[in-house]
Amino acid sequence: MSDDQVLVRVQGLKKHFPITRGIIIQRQVGAVRAVDGITFDIYRQETLGLVGESGCGKTTAGRTILQLYRPTAGRVIFDGTDLTSLKGNAMRHMRQRMQMIFQDPYASLNPRMTISRIISEPLRVHKLASGPEQVERVQELLRLVRLNPRFINRYPHEFSGGQRQRIGIARALASNPDFIVCDEPISALDVSIQAQVVNLLEDLQDQLGLTYLFIAHDLSMVRHICDRVAVMYLGLIVELAAKDELYDHPLHPYTQALLSAVPVPDPKVERKRRRIILEGDVPSPVNPPSGCRFHTRCARAQELCSQQEPAWRDVGGGHFVACHLV
Amino acid sequence: METTGESLALGVSGEAEPPPLSPRQLIWRRFRRHKMAVAGIFMLIFLILYSVVGALFVSESYANYTDTTKRLQPPSAEHPFGTDTVGRDILARTIYGGQISLLIGLFAVLVETVVGVLIGAIAGYYGGAIDSILMRFTEAMFNIPQLFLLLVMAKFFAGKIPTIQLLGRTFSGSVIVIILILGLTSWMYLARIVRADFLSLKEREFILAARTIGTSNLEIIVQHILPNSMAPIIVSATLGVASAILSEAYISFLGLGVQPPTATWGNMLDGAYNYIDSAPWLWIFPGTLIVLTVLAINFVGDGLRDALDPRTLAA
Amino acid sequence: MTPLLEVRDLATRFHTLDGTVYAVNGISYTLEEGQTLGIVGESGCGKSVSVLSVMRLIPEPPGKIVAGQVIYRGQDLLTLDEAQMRQIRGKEIAMVFQDPMTSLNPVLTIGRQISEALIAHMGMSQEQARARTVELLEMVGIPQAADRYRDYPHQFSGGMRQRVMIAMALSCMPSILIADEPTTALDVTIQAQIIDLVKALRDRLGMAVIWITHDLGIIAGLAEKVIVMYAGFIVERGEVDDIYDDPRHPYTLALLKSLPRVDRSSQERLATIPGLPPDLLDLPPGCPFAPRCIYRVERCLQENPQLKPVGLHHEIACWVDVTTGREQ
Repeated sequence: MSDDQVLVRVQGLKKHFPITRGIIIQRQVGAVRAVDGITFDIYRQETLGLVGESGCGKTTAGRTILQLYRPTAGRVIFDGTDLTSLKGNAMRHMRQRMQMIFQDPYASLNPRMTISRIISEPLRVHKLASGPEQVERVQELLRLVRLNPRFINRYPHEFSGGQRQRIGIARALASNPDFIVCDEPISALDVSIQAQVVNLLEDLQDQLGLTYLFIAHDLSMVRHICDRVAVMYLGLIVELAAKDELYDHPLHPYTQALLSAVPVPDPKVERKRRRIILEGDVPSPVNPPSGCRFHTRCARAQELCSQQEPAWRDVGGGHFVACHLV
Repeated sequence: METTGESLALGVSGEAEPPPLSPRQLIWRRFRRHKMAVAGIFMLIFLILYSVVGALFVSESYANYTDTTKRLQPPSAEHPFGTDTVGRDILARTIYGGQISLLIGLFAVLVETVVGVLIGAIAGYYGGAIDSILMRFTEAMFNIPQLFLLLVMAKFFAGKIPTIQLLGRTFSGSVIVIILILGLTSWMYLARIVRADFLSLKEREFILAARTIGTSNLEIIVQHILPNSMAPIIVSATLGVASAILSEAYISFLGLGVQPPTATWGNMLDGAYNYIDSAPWLWIFPGTLIVLTVLAINFVGDGLRDALDPRTLAA
Repeated sequence: MTPLLEVRDLATRFHTLDGTVYAVNGISYTLEEGQTLGIVGESGCGKSVSVLSVMRLIPEPPGKIVAGQVIYRGQDLLTLDEAQMRQIRGKEIAMVFQDPMTSLNPVLTIGRQISEALIAHMGMSQEQARARTVELLEMVGIPQAADRYRDYPHQFSGGMRQRVMIAMALSCMPSILIADEPTTALDVTIQAQIIDLVKALRDRLGMAVIWITHDLGIIAGLAEKVIVMYAGFIVERGEVDDIYDDPRHPYTLALLKSLPRVDRSSQERLATIPGLPPDLLDLPPGCPFAPRCIYRVERCLQENPQLKPVGLHHEIACWVDVTTGREQ
């Protein structure tokens, strides 16, 4: 795809959290290598899924892309601007174009603020609207996420989880962003509410031309909502492809195991499926395995896998994978 | 859109609900359930009225008027609370002393709260080296016995601050000294609470959400974090008033507090020691007022603690 | 054949400051030896409270089991005193919870926690208990079990902790294992390990399993019988194939339709269930699902339907036949 179709370009992005010791003078004794060099593009108006298990670095990746964490290395180019080079006010100004929807609808809304103040915060911070115009915009946003505009003076505790998530979405939309990082936006919701929120996100994308980075661990929902999907393991992306390509022809052994582990709500299919049961747990990101990081749990691992890190390459048609065996 | 049924359902439920309560209303509703706390509020109002309205009936010069011919008189019609060792009217002195004691309590807590919140907030929000330095300083202050600090500072400042005129009244400079001393020796506990609260609150998702929006650090501290840690601050400030009044009584009893002729409930006890049996009215009246005030404030503080507990905010 | 466990008209309520929470409202089911029963529903549907009631683990107050019988091997558990109940818990019916950290004592070693149960319940000696504990840890797939005997709970990962919990639950060879969302906090690959383990142990030890979850996918591959709960009521139950191939209750139907599948490409919108589950403090007089139901008829708002058969082992609580859309 040509360059002008790329909205966000992530190049060699790393985020290490230092582990320090000491009372006043702190010295670094190690680092949690949460994100350890990821490279990919997000196209305009697409939904890119970022999946992986807890601790794989997907949430850190989302936050580092938005510069909520200062990257240890690498660049994030947003619509032609290198975000890592922006400082202070320039970055704060840029924030109106990129927003985030959070996992926990209970923790992500300030309990002491009314819905109106929560949703209008971006308008105030970026001086986009004030007075009656601001009230009107908040009501318009509430209608957009299908909440009753009369709720404007209520507090978050009066709403259910699904409704709160809509309020969080309204806040994210207030400054008319182009790009939204959805960090597990439905995993805290009940099954019957999840579909409501997912449909809303899809409608808003069509209506407003939004680009999503959809971070999730629910692989079934990711298949439904995303256009392309990237799979993360221990700080690295191991595979990235268009969704049906990835789900129907997974190349990386980790992707294969991950997909086989997802239960299907159909007993006939379940009886026939073969699960790839991975041994053990995910190793620590403080001291990741040498070579391919998955080799300690990979049934097909060979000598080479523990020695050399596999290259990240396109095996055709935009299907990227990092594995020696492919 | 296919979800019209859904929005409709939300709209209907919105109309059927009773008008919802704001957090403030919820807090008041829970506070009212505390009988003792409500009683404490009434007691405090009574004590404040006692020292404010009482001043309309007797003048300060009368309260400070000495008449050695009438010393140590027991309660009578002319002097309902009796007279002290130099013949001053104890009723009048408890009225004016009450003003000073309550003032000291309030302003000492103001100093304590400003210092404590500032240090706690900066340490908790910024963390790292700033936090380390501020917290080591706080611990150092903690480890010096407060009484020792009080005595040293009282001795040091004594007589160095002139009397001031305010609202047509003369305040002994020692009042200001006591306020500063009490405030500056009691903020550490609050600073620790605020820091701990800030440390946990700044990791909450709604703070991250504010940063995502582009909200500045100052706005995040003032608009997002501070309102959420108001509960421990208010409780600590309330209880702080009681402990400041007690501390004032304590050092005044040792003769190092507010200097005569300005009366406080505390320094009225000074000298009563020698007359514990022979003239109990010297200490019974100011002593009772101190005990009542401290008890009332503690009841209110307990009530506030429960009412403001964010864990029960949804209930 | 008499069932291993029979629950009859069980009802549990919680008396709170805001009013009475109608958590479980008269549910009945049976469990045979070696059978696996799945109980599915969303949060607040009463699935956890229903099994905690069976175990008599409801905190009283505020909770109270107000009606029903729980007959285990001919004995009504609700009539037993606490001492007798302790002999049932762990020994006859064991339970595994969602968060293993809350059920493990953080200051005692894993080995000690398991062996103590063995000494208390099975009358084993120290050495016997120790040997058995290592055996149990090996059985649930903990590597170097003998070495890990002396480790503390925090030294285990989430998946390993859940294995420890299972080892503890199995220590006295119970006839029923109740698993209350044991994999909800775990990653999908670790969840697959745990489900695999429970299936293998169930087949090997011949115990019955009650698995509670909100995930219809897990139940499909695990259970023989399924109960679907909503607002404290059983709305549908049947053999696993009945529920998934031929769901007859509008709620089950809508729930299955709203789930995307990992094994299928989908372009169309997800079906949604409008609105929210009812407030358990204030249940509507009719069918609890009626306000959200697209098949709703007048009667649904007035009368709560009882379970009635629609197949050999298949029952639903609904006034409407979803295959025709008409009132039955």
